[in-house]
Amino acid sequence: MTVDAPAPPTRRAVVPQHHLTVARRGSVFLSRHPRLRLSLLLSAPLFWLGLVYIAALAALLITALWTVDSFTGQISQTWTLDNIAAVLTGSLYQTVTLRTLGVALLVTIIDIVIALPIAFYMAKVASPRAQRILVIAILMPLWASYLVKAYAWRSVLSQGGIFEWLVSPFGGHSPGYGLPATIITLSYLWLPYVILPIYAGLERVPDSLLEASGDLGGGTWATLRLVVLPMIWPAIIAGSIFSFSLSLGDYITVNIVGGANQMLGNLVYTNVGAANNLPLAAAIALIPILIIFAYLAAVRRTGALNNL
Amino acid sequence: MTGAQPAIRLTGLTKSFGSVHAVDGVDLDIAPGEFFSMLGPSGSGKTTVLRLIAGFEQPTSGTISLLGQDVTDRAPFDRDVNTVFQDYALFPHMSVLDNVAYGLRVRGVAKRARHEQARAALDTVRLGSFADRKPSQLSGGQRQRVALARATVVQPKVLLLDEPLGALDLKLREQMQVELKELQRNLGITFIFVTHDQQEALTLSDRIAVFNEGRIEQLGTPAEIYERPASPFVAAFVGTSNIFDDTVSQALLGRAGTHSVRPEKISVTTENLPLSADRTAAGVLAEVIYVGSSTQLIVDLDAGTRVVVLEQNDARRVATNGRGARVTIGWNDSDIVALAPPGLISHP
Repeated sequence: MTVDAPAPPTRRAVVPQHHLTVARRGSVFLSRHPRLRLSLLLSAPLFWLGLVYIAALAALLITALWTVDSFTGQISQTWTLDNIAAVLTGSLYQTVTLRTLGVALLVTIIDIVIALPIAFYMAKVASPRAQRILVIAILMPLWASYLVKAYAWRSVLSQGGIFEWLVSPFGGHSPGYGLPATIITLSYLWLPYVILPIYAGLERVPDSLLEASGDLGGGTWATLRLVVLPMIWPAIIAGSIFSFSLSLGDYITVNIVGGANQMLGNLVYTNVGAANNLPLAAAIALIPILIIFAYLAAVRRTGALNNL
Repeated sequence: MTGAQPAIRLTGLTKSFGSVHAVDGVDLDIAPGEFFSMLGPSGSGKTTVLRLIAGFEQPTSGTISLLGQDVTDRAPFDRDVNTVFQDYALFPHMSVLDNVAYGLRVRGVAKRARHEQARAALDTVRLGSFADRKPSQLSGGQRQRVALARATVVQPKVLLLDEPLGALDLKLREQMQVELKELQRNLGITFIFVTHDQQEALTLSDRIAVFNEGRIEQLGTPAEIYERPASPFVAAFVGTSNIFDDTVSQALLGRAGTHSVRPEKISVTTENLPLSADRTAAGVLAEVIYVGSSTQLIVDLDAGTRVVVLEQNDARRVATNGRGARVTIGWNDSDIVALAPPGLISHP
């Protein structure tokens, strides 16, 4: 072996030395201060959440405590609980609240009942190819406009429409426009949002657990009740939050297929628009927010959110 | 085995996935109380046979009998066999106690009785104090023992174990092997154990079936399988073997056909020193590998073949001079095993 001559300086530059540039000093500093790093990372999303979500909610709450001058139609910033009291005691608001709650609950239950077998088939029975096709088929309606789909159901449920044509040989007839039509249409609209989380939840249940249950003597029903349902419960809750909250806030579908029926959204809409009473609209809008909070609190007590 | 019903009898068992024959005409009797291993590389069909016995798969043809009863068309929950899964398959939302009690629960055993039995089963695997934990709070070895307790608490006739020790580290695996053997002896039920680890199969089993390409290549006791492999596949898969084809056999052993000699059956000494053996051959040390209790020597014979020799590291060990040294190796005729041509299966 011969001893190599010292390498020329240009060759040494192939592996650059670590010069302490400003950027490098900054990253060294950040890597030594994890808390600072975390707060810098979180500041942008927290700012967004604070501004858009919390501030908007606070503005709503404050508006509900103001009133409208009946002569000028201007909002006067005098503090009052009249709007809240009116919403809580007025029989119209109570009826509409109960109706909205009933529609949202029914839509949610119908969606879960339809989604469970579809999601189970997709996650546990279908071949990978069929699975992909089904996911696309379920996502496809989301590419179409909400309005188009609602109007499509208006035509389906109309007198002499497809629905009537389908059921008339069996002595049935179209429910016409009203609450049943609203429930059918809303169930259709929110179904993908319920199927997808339940499908994802079922995907996370290993097949070996189903086999283990059968192996230990559990029949189909026992396996579903004791193993599958408890494991996908958080997914069902997640899906139900979608269908429930979306139904609570809806006012377009009920306008299109609901006949003369009103839901909370319609009351908010008319008070903001025709009646020009923004404080009252804000007070009404607080009802679905409170219902959702109550719903989430109830769900939380079941422990379903612990595994999300 | 004579007279009594076999615990499991497989007759002409075949399972095809499309054009692939995962299991290809397996006939097998497993005696009650036997610790039986199915050994083979991945894709050899051993796990499929296990899943067929459990009822997770339906055979393409053939029958499965459990203690003389045909169970081929029965659902898994209708068979008196239980499985310990490779990934343990513990229910994550249930406590350890509820996991173990599950089989009793679906059989309608009252809560108090099933909890009592489950606690007793947990005690036998020394996990009594872990009853209230969730499976996620246990280590791999503990989960393994919960799975064992869960499968045995319902007192199956046959316990199926699908590579149950595969996910454990070496030390724990050796410890669990001892525990498994003890458990099987105490419970007295038939164990069917699937593994790709030949050491594990040799250590644990009363009998072993070596699987290759969906067929049983050899069936016998661990000693038979190891000492008298029936085919080049078994000789190569179970332990290390020096396999000599026809020409090498004629040159080295003076016999026609394929033969094998185990590395530890070959003795070695420095060239020109006496060696008491039926036959000897000279060569050069190509590699010396220290493996703890023994040393593995790779010798390039002058005849042109490479031979692996395993020498115990005891006091009598002949000092060999390391790589490049000339050595003489020798073996006795009784240690030469004639291998059947590939594809031909001989049952001892």
